[in-house]
Amino acid sequence: MFTSSEDMDTDEGGVIKQFMFVNRKAPYGTIYALEGLEVVLISAAFEQDVSMAFIDDGVYELKKAQDTKAIEQKNFSPTYRALEGYDIEKLYVEKESLEARGLTEADLLVDVIVLDRAEMAAKMAEQDVLISF
Amino acid sequence: MLHIVNKSPYERNSLESCLRLATNGSAVLLIEDGIYGATKGGSFEGKVQAAMAGVKIYVLGPDLSARGMADRVIDGVNVVDYGGFVDLVAEHSNCQSWL
Amino acid sequence: MKIGVLVNEGPYTHEASDSAYQFTKAAIEKGHEIYRVFFYHDGVNNSTRLTEPPRDDRNIVSRWSELAKAHSLDLVVCIAAAQRRGIMDENEAKRQGKDAHNLADGFRISGLGQLVEAGIQCDRLVTFGD
Repeated sequence: MFTSSEDMDTDEGGVIKQFMFVNRKAPYGTIYALEGLEVVLISAAFEQDVSMAFIDDGVYELKKAQDTKAIEQKNFSPTYRALEGYDIEKLYVEKESLEARGLTEADLLVDVIVLDRAEMAAKMAEQDVLISF
Repeated sequence: MLHIVNKSPYERNSLESCLRLATNGSAVLLIEDGIYGATKGGSFEGKVQAAMAGVKIYVLGPDLSARGMADRVIDGVNVVDYGGFVDLVAEHSNCQSWL
Repeated sequence: MKIGVLVNEGPYTHEASDSAYQFTKAAIEKGHEIYRVFFYHDGVNNSTRLTEPPRDDRNIVSRWSELAKAHSLDLVVCIAAAQRRGIMDENEAKRQGKDAHNLADGFRISGLGQLVEAGIQCDRLVTFGD
């Protein structure tokens, strides 16, 4: 998914910031989840403190058993499992969003950290950069 | 922290999610269709009134006027222009857009 | 203060690009530095010079170009998102064997790394989208 050599440029003077990518949209209906994931993967090359938050319909991005053959879109859900290989291991899921949609951790295709609303709020507040799609 | 909401609370849950996840002392700026969340008389007004105990609510004047809602702002909500929007961004250490 | 701006929607359908433009202008007027405006998702459509709105409407694309010219703004269009949506500069069009290119003045096409880098370099990053 890397598209140009400068994407790999990590010479940023050693600054490490907390980046949180906030996902609030379901996959496939719009492109935000897929293109959001592309930024997350690129960010891994910059050696920042990267996390992802899944709130509201964003939790549907992690649902097991996605099969996109019949809609002829790329099933990008396996990419979430590959994030670990990029040292992106902080996947925060809001408990209230899961529950409101009748989902549990067992429905998700990757290991996540479930936070309640107060914990998620605190986590968001401490970030340097929040990028939402 | 500054939260920016650009959706009407009558169409989407952005403002509701924002208020659920905004910590005490943070600011919420309503822009674009988000301005309807700052107006009186609707069924969402009570939620905004209740939230005002913990967060400061701002609304973007140009978007309010464009929609003919400038005379309906909930008491205690601060109206700002684009310069005020910039000031809010500068005053808070980070910001989240609830798209 | 160094501020970065992210635009995630195209012109006209959503107000995002208008809001981002007004915000950017106001920030410059207040003496802040706009480090970069990054166009992602359908936001890349803000950079096609073939845009021709009715005479009585604002020209969102040329408005960005003019602001960039007046204040040496760095307007960056994501290459991956642009390729998906048919936005190309001359070099890229040649490389892909296309018979036309459409990137407007003042914009440049580059990688997503430019967005992350803006996040690192800027004091604030503000997102406009749907």
